[in-house]
Amino acid sequence: MKEEMDVLEQTIGSEYKYGFVTDIETETVPKGINESIVRLISKKKNEPEWMLNWRLKAFAHWIKMEEPQWPNVTYPPINFQDIIYYAAPKKKKALNGLDEVDPELLKTFEKLGISINEQKRLTGVAVDVVMDSVSVATSFKKQLAEVGIIFCSMSEAIQNHPELVQKYIGSVVPMTDNYFAALNSAVFTDGSFCYIPKGVRCPMELSTYFRINTENSGQFERTLIVAEEESYVSYLEGCTAPKRDENQLHAAVVELVAHRKAEIKYSTVQNWYPGDANGAGGIYNFVTKRGICMGEYAKISWSQVETGSAITWKYPSVILKGDHSVGEFYSVALTNHLQQADTGTKMIHIGKNTRSRIVSKGISAGRSQNSYRGLVRVGKNAINARNFSQCDSLLLGDQCGAHTFPYIEAAHPSAVIEHEATTSKIGEDQLFYCRQRGIDTEAAVALIVTGFAKEVMNQLPMEFAVEAQKLLAISLEGSVG
Amino acid sequence: MAILQTAYIEEKFDTLQSSHPNVLLNEVRQKGFQTYQNVGIPSYKNEEWRYTPVSNLFKQSYSFSEKVSTINQASVDAFRLPDSATANELVFVNGLYNPLLSNIRSAANEMVIISMEEAANDIRFSDILKEHLGKSSLYLQDGIHALNTSFINGGVFVYVPKKVQVALPLYIYHIADTVQNPVLAQPRSLIYLAESAELKLVETYKTAGSSDSFTNEVMEVVVAGNAVFEYYKLQNDIAVANQVNTTHIRQIGKSYVHTVVVTLDGGMVRNNTNIIMETPGNEAHMYGLYLLKGNTHADNHTLVDNREPHCFSNELYKGVMDDATTGVFSGKIYVRPQAQKINAYQSNKNILLSEKASVNTKPQLEIFADDVKCSHGCTIGRLDEEALFYLRSRGIDAAQAKAMLLQAFANDVIEKIKIESLREHIETLIVNRLSVQIS
Amino acid sequence: MLSIQNIHAAIEGKEILKGINLDIQPGEVHAIMGPNGSGKSTLASVLAGREEYEVTEGSIEFLGKNMLELSPEERAREGLFLAFQYPVEIPGVSTTNFIKSALNEKRKYHGLEPLDAVAFLKLMKEKMQLVEIDKALLTRSVNEGFSGGEKKKNEIFQMAMLEPKLTILDETDSGLDIDALRIVASGVNKLRSKDNAIIVITHYQRLLDYLQPDFVHVLYKGRIVKSGTKELALTLEDQGYDYIKEEFGATTI
Repeated sequence: MKEEMDVLEQTIGSEYKYGFVTDIETETVPKGINESIVRLISKKKNEPEWMLNWRLKAFAHWIKMEEPQWPNVTYPPINFQDIIYYAAPKKKKALNGLDEVDPELLKTFEKLGISINEQKRLTGVAVDVVMDSVSVATSFKKQLAEVGIIFCSMSEAIQNHPELVQKYIGSVVPMTDNYFAALNSAVFTDGSFCYIPKGVRCPMELSTYFRINTENSGQFERTLIVAEEESYVSYLEGCTAPKRDENQLHAAVVELVAHRKAEIKYSTVQNWYPGDANGAGGIYNFVTKRGICMGEYAKISWSQVETGSAITWKYPSVILKGDHSVGEFYSVALTNHLQQADTGTKMIHIGKNTRSRIVSKGISAGRSQNSYRGLVRVGKNAINARNFSQCDSLLLGDQCGAHTFPYIEAAHPSAVIEHEATTSKIGEDQLFYCRQRGIDTEAAVALIVTGFAKEVMNQLPMEFAVEAQKLLAISLEGSVG
Repeated sequence: MAILQTAYIEEKFDTLQSSHPNVLLNEVRQKGFQTYQNVGIPSYKNEEWRYTPVSNLFKQSYSFSEKVSTINQASVDAFRLPDSATANELVFVNGLYNPLLSNIRSAANEMVIISMEEAANDIRFSDILKEHLGKSSLYLQDGIHALNTSFINGGVFVYVPKKVQVALPLYIYHIADTVQNPVLAQPRSLIYLAESAELKLVETYKTAGSSDSFTNEVMEVVVAGNAVFEYYKLQNDIAVANQVNTTHIRQIGKSYVHTVVVTLDGGMVRNNTNIIMETPGNEAHMYGLYLLKGNTHADNHTLVDNREPHCFSNELYKGVMDDATTGVFSGKIYVRPQAQKINAYQSNKNILLSEKASVNTKPQLEIFADDVKCSHGCTIGRLDEEALFYLRSRGIDAAQAKAMLLQAFANDVIEKIKIESLREHIETLIVNRLSVQIS
Repeated sequence: MLSIQNIHAAIEGKEILKGINLDIQPGEVHAIMGPNGSGKSTLASVLAGREEYEVTEGSIEFLGKNMLELSPEERAREGLFLAFQYPVEIPGVSTTNFIKSALNEKRKYHGLEPLDAVAFLKLMKEKMQLVEIDKALLTRSVNEGFSGGEKKKNEIFQMAMLEPKLTILDETDSGLDIDALRIVASGVNKLRSKDNAIIVITHYQRLLDYLQPDFVHVLYKGRIVKSGTKELALTLEDQGYDYIKEEFGATTI
């Protein structure tokens, strides 16, 4: 039994607690974007020529593209010349180990509750930490290397494993895929890279913690996970940012490749600063996440709890290419105040006997807008494809909106697809029943919301589930009058 | 990108405008034409037309709004619906209302049926036209809809006065005469049910000739308080008969609307069925069946816009796609911020029978109010193998068993047809279809 | 422990209770009977603190506190328990978790440490036997998909867990078959003590056969028109409410 109430007790009354700024020396490049900035970023990272060329190609494509207008979100135009595309904590020399990491930085991550310190080894989670644009520390590298797993920053991977990076980068999300993916491909600064060799079951959870710190900077990380045949990995991603009055852009790309019988489980607790109650500040979270089940019996599972960001625009997707492959998407998206979320998934069934499952729970409060947008496509040759989708929305308050835009396309008669969606609110009678039992309104709302989201929460690894529940409770604050 | 044959449309428009001096209609047409010119024929990039390539229909030119036709009473006889002798029958030929071929059997005080031009010049009705004609443009802003509005001409106005419950159903036959050349027919009608009025309306479509027909129809219906409107549409035309049909129903008083749309045959068929609930407490039931064979492409777009509180809507659309057919369903439920206590349900169920058939469905909920109960569900699947086996184990052969199950599947919609003779007629069509299909 | 003085209450401007007086001491069981629409459930709602009901006059003292100043949850934590006539379904929230939340909120209010999982489970096991409730029900969402009898048993189980000072059974007998009624009633009887009191709101005699109230009050048109011992309930059962209506109908309009 999970300690829901204990968690709530701790957290009710607190607000966005990750809003501090770390006072740390950073190295930045000038604001704005042009070809020389792209070259500069590549040079700072001492990249091989193929990488630079790849970036330049993406940049050339990006300047010809237009920002997408179709999502159900509104925001003032982004001035892409007013963003710092590279900000890195300054380091005097190459680090030999965690002991040499700037103590300010370690303090930051301790405040965030992240165990990059060896002393927290007991939690058994290997962490890669990305601050602003660069990976600052990766733990448990050695232990992972013993079983052949590569877990490092993208920059290191480009230096040390160029053949793997070159083979897979852009193979799932092409640089031309969409506006923000193209931008990311041009200016991405770091991210995590993870390679699980054939037959290896990753012995611990791998985790990346993303943090935007520097003012006016954007974060453009790129994550690539490759699971070779019959391997397994569970990967966690967490995100926070300081409170600032200006909006900051986060345009990441995540690519997952699962070969025959491999399984990748990717969990996200996204808690970027959502802006204040009046909608000032907050992160624009425009992210492209996609996985491909290359081989037969491969499985990719996305779980996400989205409580942060002023605007979320993200559709973690699975291309089910291998026969008998499986794609899953479990999502809780909570919006409060003036937050906007347009999120969902795409399940593209190509192989035979492929299966997908979508469970999306949207919670809207305040004056927020929460949209589910999903696509289930069954191709001409996708014999015996199966999909089940459940999209539920819960409304708290009368000024928010819940929207459901599922697209279902079937081109083979053997497809079996079921989609269900409901929209409801927390009833007055439910609240009164709770109160008569001594549970006050705020706790009752949290209890009901947690119950509503349970099916998704159960998919998260334990450590994340607790954090995610706390987040839901915090994010709901002030949503009931 | 194919070159669309639309240049002649402008010329036709100018001719029409100069030949019909009524100010009111001229203005509505002018507005429509402006929209048409601004937005043009929608491509697949237009979200509302994503799955229906309507621009393909403009790869050829059509003759339209032309009165020359050989259609006579005898040719209408071939298309009549059952019990037509006890119905009011309106006949449109190539999109133009033809009073001579029509039979109005209800008394004049029960129902007024006049041409749009007459209505615009009649002081009893000109205000109604002014207020309601073209209101659907607020919701449908694409070039196809605008094209119809640009050519409002030879349309019909139907008025049911207060408290009149019209006993006889109103049948509307749309006939496209394509013996000479391809025809673009653009029928337009405005139906007004005053307070406590009741009307049952049935539309059906036939192409006489073997050239392509393209019927681009707009029917606007206004339903006042306490009125009851039943609407049935039967589409069972030939394979070169294409249609875009808009039925835009506005409930301007607490009223009851019931619609059933049945698509059995045709070329590219698109139905927009919109229900706009403009006052509190409205109720609407919407049903649809698309049972397709050959190459038919049937697209049903529905919209229920809950603008006010305490409205109820229930929607069920079912489809069976065989051969190389395509079924499309897009259902939108809007609940506006002030529209609390809404109950809105929507369900779309599809069966694919063939490797070449496909279905695209897009059920959407857009909810801006909190005290609502809304749900939608959609399924795509095959016939229930268990049920099939069960029937076969009782000695029924596979083909027969399949037909029985498909009939049962269709029946959930067909049983909602409240005009008995029409229901039986459609049942027979379906039984024949299924038995032919199976052998 | 409870003192109701001249309570008038209205909903949407319509006065339902027109001056109720009632005193309840620890250990007592009071039955409140009356025909439909007499204000029985309104009284329960006013005591529990439903906000739709406006108290326009009078006072309620509960364990020395002005009850009307307390929120519904504070009343609950003070020891008031309402067994709902129509228990509410809360999808997604497990019954166990719900009761644990309620219990620990109450403990916190009284300055006690929350019960840990082990102690809670032990308590739960003990109380489960008391009211003969199926363990499987407790893992399901609160009241979701429960039968009428299961819902009422769940109410009594919650009562057992929360150990209230004052329990109001609002038509707990309605919709129960005889077996369920017996189980519910015996559960309530086991929970009776000299320290707590019970108000039984009912339309019929059959629950009272099991509970044996100390006092019976007849509520009619918003007032208590007759009070007596358990024999009064038998008279009512015998003669129906018509005689009350005849006796008081004319004078109380």
